[in-house]
Amino acid sequence: MITVYHYLILSAIIFSIGTFGVLTRKNAIVIFMCIELMLNSVNLTFIALSRHLQNMDGQIFVFFVMTVAAAEAAVGLALMIAFYRNRGSIDSDDFNMLKW
Amino acid sequence: MLSILFYLFAVVAIFSAFYVTKARSPVNSALCLVTTFICFAVLYITLDAPFMAAIQIMVYAGAIMVLIVFVIMLLNLGTAVKKRYTHGLAWGGALSILMLFITNLFIRRGVPTGKVGEITTQTIHNYGHTELIGRAMFTDFLLPFEIASILLLVAIVGAVILSKREV
Repeated sequence: MITVYHYLILSAIIFSIGTFGVLTRKNAIVIFMCIELMLNSVNLTFIALSRHLQNMDGQIFVFFVMTVAAAEAAVGLALMIAFYRNRGSIDSDDFNMLKW
Repeated sequence: MLSILFYLFAVVAIFSAFYVTKARSPVNSALCLVTTFICFAVLYITLDAPFMAAIQIMVYAGAIMVLIVFVIMLLNLGTAVKKRYTHGLAWGGALSILMLFITNLFIRRGVPTGKVGEITTQTIHNYGHTELIGRAMFTDFLLPFEIASILLLVAIVGAVILSKREV
């Protein structure tokens, strides 16, 4: 029997994998994809708890998380293109233009 | 039957999510991320949320992944050189395992409670999930819905301005 705890633990595992990717990778696009992974695991938590509590509000919140993720994708990837034009790479080690 | 489905897709999701963080080439990461998204969509269907599964496929596996793959192709990034591949693996791994441990502790210790509504499986089968979502969205959550549309507009304008060559 699958309970809500199974879904919660699965989303905890996926969230930790996303954290691992954000902390260890250097390529900014891969870091971005790991952030998407973390957002998705939170979405799974929302939907599982919404099903468990028989309440629709969690699923509405998932809708807004997806909206914010889409906006973030548009702006973040435009930022990466702009950065690549300036520096010729998107390694996170090269993100030091504000340092002096 | 449902538990077999759950475990199958959970294992595939975990392995492909791990390969997203491990793949040397960003294109492989993107493909594994699509696999994870599709597994999540199946899990949403097992949670009686077919509309969420549909927009998971359309928005995440469609729109956002197309954008990411487009940028990867545009920037023409090769596979990562081993020396410039990762930051400290030990610290990142230790921190994420610690996070996994703490979240598991909280999940096992607590009981999920909250405001219990009346959306049962029978209600979803009677009205349809899409209708229930739409009804909630356009009555109780109308203002956040409008704010989300403004947010998307601002994001589009920002992306255009940022990627223009000279302003």
